[in-house]
Formats: sequence, C-alpha cells, structure tokens
Amino acid sequence: MEKFDKVHGVAAPMPLINIDTDMIIPKVHLKTIKRSGLGVVLFDEMRYHDHGGENEEFILNKPAYRNTEILVAGDNFGCGSSREHAPWAIKDFGIKVVISTSFADIFFNNCFKNGILPIVVAEEHHVVLMDDAHKGENARMTVHLEDQQITTSDGVVIEFEVDPHRKHCLLNGLDDIGLTMEKNHHIDKFEDHASQARPWV
Amino acid sequence: MSPKTLYDKIWDAHVAHEADDGTCLLYIDRHLVHEVTSPQAFEGLRMAGRPVRAPEKTIAVPDHNVPTTADRVNGIENPESRIQVEALDKNAKDFGIHYYPVHDVRQGIVHIVGPEQGWTLPGMTVVCGDSHTATHGAFGALAHGIGTSEVEHVLATQTLIQKKSKNMKVEITGKLQPGVTAKDITLAVIGETGTAGGTGYVIEYCGEAIRDLSMEGRMTVCNMAIEGGARAGLIAPDETTFEYVKGRPHAPKGAQWEAALNWWKTLYTDEDAHFDKVITLRGEDIAPVVTWGTSPEDVLPITATVPHPEDFEGGKVDAARRSIEYMGLEAGQKLSDVEIDTVFIGSCTNGRIEDLRAAAEILKGKKIKDGIRAMIVPGSGLVRAQAEEEGLAEIFKEAGFEWRLAGCSMCLAMNPDQLQPGERCAATSNRNFEGRQGRGGRTHLLSPAMAAAAALTGRLTDVRELM
Repeated sequence: MEKFDKVHGVAAPMPLINIDTDMIIPKVHLKTIKRSGLGVVLFDEMRYHDHGGENEEFILNKPAYRNTEILVAGDNFGCGSSREHAPWAIKDFGIKVVISTSFADIFFNNCFKNGILPIVVAEEHHVVLMDDAHKGENARMTVHLEDQQITTSDGVVIEFEVDPHRKHCLLNGLDDIGLTMEKNHHIDKFEDHASQARPWV
Repeated sequence: MSPKTLYDKIWDAHVAHEADDGTCLLYIDRHLVHEVTSPQAFEGLRMAGRPVRAPEKTIAVPDHNVPTTADRVNGIENPESRIQVEALDKNAKDFGIHYYPVHDVRQGIVHIVGPEQGWTLPGMTVVCGDSHTATHGAFGALAHGIGTSEVEHVLATQTLIQKKSKNMKVEITGKLQPGVTAKDITLAVIGETGTAGGTGYVIEYCGEAIRDLSMEGRMTVCNMAIEGGARAGLIAPDETTFEYVKGRPHAPKGAQWEAALNWWKTLYTDEDAHFDKVITLRGEDIAPVVTWGTSPEDVLPITATVPHPEDFEGGKVDAARRSIEYMGLEAGQKLSDVEIDTVFIGSCTNGRIEDLRAAAEILKGKKIKDGIRAMIVPGSGLVRAQAEEEGLAEIFKEAGFEWRLAGCSMCLAMNPDQLQPGERCAATSNRNFEGRQGRGGRTHLLSPAMAAAAALTGRLTDVRELM
C-alpha cells in the first residue's frame, strides 16, 4: 500500500447526513471483479442525470471541486452495506481524506485498508471545516497524519484522534495480511487449544 | 471473576493474540462467502501465492446476482453477473471450500443457508463480506460484516484484526400485540436509536418479547442490527436455539453434541454485567410499522402520517425534506393512503419459512389488487421446497404472486428484479435507501404480513384490519 503522510488539497462540502454506500456507489457497479476504475461512478446517481450527462449542481462536478482530495461530510457517513467498492471508488476519484462527525463501522474499517484516512471530529470543529470547504478551490486544507492536525485555509489548526496501530500502518503503507502472518505461531497455538476445547467447530 | 456479558464471553473465547494497545487477532470459526465481495480477495491470494488457511471453515454460495426466474437453468444472461458467479464457481473449486452452486437445491441467500445447514452455531465467530451477517447473532454467535480486504485477511489467516466494541442492551419487555412481528420490533428499535445509535456497539437483544420469538424471528431482529449502526446483534442461545440447531447437516452429533450443549448453556450475560448503553421498549407499545423515508430510522406506526421536515432537528431537517421529495409524499399525508405498485416478500431479513407462512395467512383465498406486481422470493431452495410442501406456494400463486427461485433479488436489485424510476414498493427487505431497489425506486419497509396486506389493497395497510 502507498504510504500516507500529508494531504494538501481542495476540500469539498457534503453536509447531507446518512450518506449511504448505495449513494456512494450503486449496486450496478458492484459487478466488477477488479478493484480499480470505479472513480468515474463515485456518487453515480447524484453525479449524473438519469438520461446521462453530468448534473452540474452536484458538488464534485463544479469546476472548483473537480480535484477534491478531502471530503467534509455529514454525520454517519458510509452507512449501509459492507461493499469495499465504496472506498475503492473514493480512492480512485482521488479523495484521500474523509472528515465527519461519525462514520459507519464497516466503512470506517474499509477506508484504512485502502489508504484513506477517515477522521472523526467534534460538532464544533465540523462546523468550522464545513464552512472552510464551502470556499472552493482557492481554500485548500492540509491534513497531516503524523502530527494529527487539520489546518484550514485560514490557518485554524484542529487536532484529531487516530488509532495508533492504524496510524502506523497508514504512515508506513503496511499490508495487514503480512503483519498478521508474522503472528502465525499465535494462530497455530490458538487452533490447537480451540480444537481441544470446542472440537465440534 | 468480574461478571461478563454474552459478547464478552464469545470475544474472550476467540482472542488469538492481544497487542499492548488492545488490538486483537480474533479467530474466525465460520467464513461465509458470496460472489460480489469476494473476487478481488481471491485474486489477492493468487497474486501473493497464499492458500486459504481453513477451507473447511469456509462456505460459499452465489446469491446477490442470481436470477430468480425459472429460466435461470439456462444460465445467467447478464454477462457481468455471469462472470461474478463463474468466478465464485472457480474460486470455490480451486481453493477447496464448501460450495452450494446455483443449481443446488440448498442454494439461497448466504445468511439463510448458513443457519439452515447448521454451519452457524452458538458461541461462534461468523463473518462474511456482507453487512447482514449480523443475522447469525440470533444463535448467540458473534457475527458481522466485513469488507473485501478483510475477506482476504480471513481467507489467508482465519483471523481479523479487531478492537473490542462496547456493550449495548436492547430489552423488549412483555408480550407483542396481535399483528406485530419481529420485523416491527427491529424497525421500532432503529426508529428509537437512529441509524448511528449503535455505532461502536455490539447489541444484545433480550427480554420476554425476544425470548418468545422463534429462531426465524430472532434472525429478523439481529439481521437489522447493522441498520442501527451496531457491529453485531446477539441473542443468548436457549432451548429454542438448541431445538433449531439439533440434527442440521453440520451441527455436532452424539458426544460432541453433548459437549457443545454444555458450553452453549454457559453463553448468557452474567447478572450485574456492565452495559455501556441500555434501551428498553415495551412490547405492548410496538405497533405494525412502515418506513416513510430513505433511511431505516424513518419508522412510524402504520396509523401515523408523513412527518413535516420541521419536526426534526439539525441535519435531519434537510435529510427529511430530501427523503419526502424523493419518496413522492406530502407531509401530513396518512401512511395508510399511500398507494403502491409493487410488493416484494423475501430477503435475508424476511425470506424464511415463518415469513412465508405469515404472508400466506393473510393471502389465503384472496386475490391481490389489479395492476399490482407482487413477488415472493424464498430465501433458499429448501425454504421454497418446504413452502410448496405446506401448500403455501399454491396460496401465493392463486393470489396473484409470482413464485420465484431463491436469491437476494429485489432487496438490492443486482439481478433483473428491479423497480423502475418512480415505482413504489412495499418490501420486507432491510434498506430503503435512494435507488436501493432500482434507480428512482421508492421503498417502504415492513413485515411480511403487512406486505401481504398491501398487495391485497394496493396501498400501505394496517394488517390488523384484515385479521
């Protein structure tokens, strides 16, 4: 996985709450057997008209937000299905950070597996960041993972929390499976014990 | 020893390694696999030259894409769907995992097949690349959905990297009123907590109304724990559970059954165990409910009216306005006046035999309203066979329902069963998101009996009027 360090880019506002994974990527695009190339259908039903063609009103279609790298979203972002196609599409579009007051659990996990940093901030900070995101392409935010800080275009610094293990993996681009396989002896030991204790499993 | 919750007990029995910061390797007893979220995971294994660590604990079945019409014996017409199902056929064979192909009578929705075949047992950890894995919590198994990267992780290591969630208790006291079902319980709970109310928690459902439910009903309740944002839902195993499990193809037998039973009987929350959050609802207060909006938390009794956006606070005001517009409703409109075009009975939420019996009871000897498209999609080939044996299929066909083969079908509309823009569906499934059942389609979630009632009248209907 690519190493994650610092993102300095355009932040787009999506204040709607409960943006679900069907909105992020509708099921018609889940029929792929690949991970790549889904950016073009990110937010498909909001982004394009029923008859085709871009919906100019949709935030990511506006000239100022076409190169968005940071998304400031409403509460409970990513609720619904476990489809990892959602973070794959977000990443493929070029978005590397999503900021909200809360995320759905599975989506939150899936982000880290794909080099996306989901950041939970308090309501008061969310308001500041949402306002900043409304300023368009000249207002660029910086997200610094090492220091756990978001800096708005006005220079306001907001600190955020991140799980230390996940931070370490993102910063170093570490592959979870490789890391777990280093603990194979623990898994072997557990299996030996479990096959005695619960042989019916 | 400090008192433990049911979740604590299952969790503790499956920690293979714990790091200093509390990050655990959780051992997985059962890994269920379907065709949509697994191809990239198997591809990852191939690229890294890794085998499946425990193929005997891995069970695959195609469900999301499969057509549910009789002509599916001729193959899947949609090329992309066909490729996904063929990829699963090949991956199951190449990696040596248990498999129920499309033509097998045991094929069906993965969350119905697992319990039916006895793969799901109390006290297990169960995962699947599907959020409705929560269903298996009905057995007192810790079961939750995972993404495709985690599917690959479990295939390769039989573990997940996890941190423990918090404990939440949802108690439903007393008895349910006539016409009120497990579906109404689970929707009413989400209406109470909101779709983010369970985020960070594992829910244990308890109380007399839960104890009184059959395993089918318990699966319906746990199935939608995810719609409340929880990682998983659990119900402590009891005689109802053991009775259901006993004799199933992959359930333990003989001396192993006795040993298993001894352990399963220890799987309950100790007195005085700590819950971080507690919600209590009175069973008597729960009415037959429907959803009016585009979030599963948009729940109201069928006797209510569509709310006004101004009734809400914060971000929900705009969300409600958007929902009402998308759904083509008017604030203040009676829910029982809302006319529908389509009825869908099925899904991992309500595609089991008891759900079909409940619908048949309402439909027996009656005809659905002219112009309504109504379909029943059994959750598995075995549910379908049983419904035919019990004479339910005849009732459905005579009433005017299409009687389909097993699959996920119109719950998420990945196969040809879809709504057209503007069409309105009374659905027994689990999500009413925008476009969920087809672009522009409008979904009202409700119980199988309520869906059957809606098919008869052509509008959302209080099933109690037909009982």
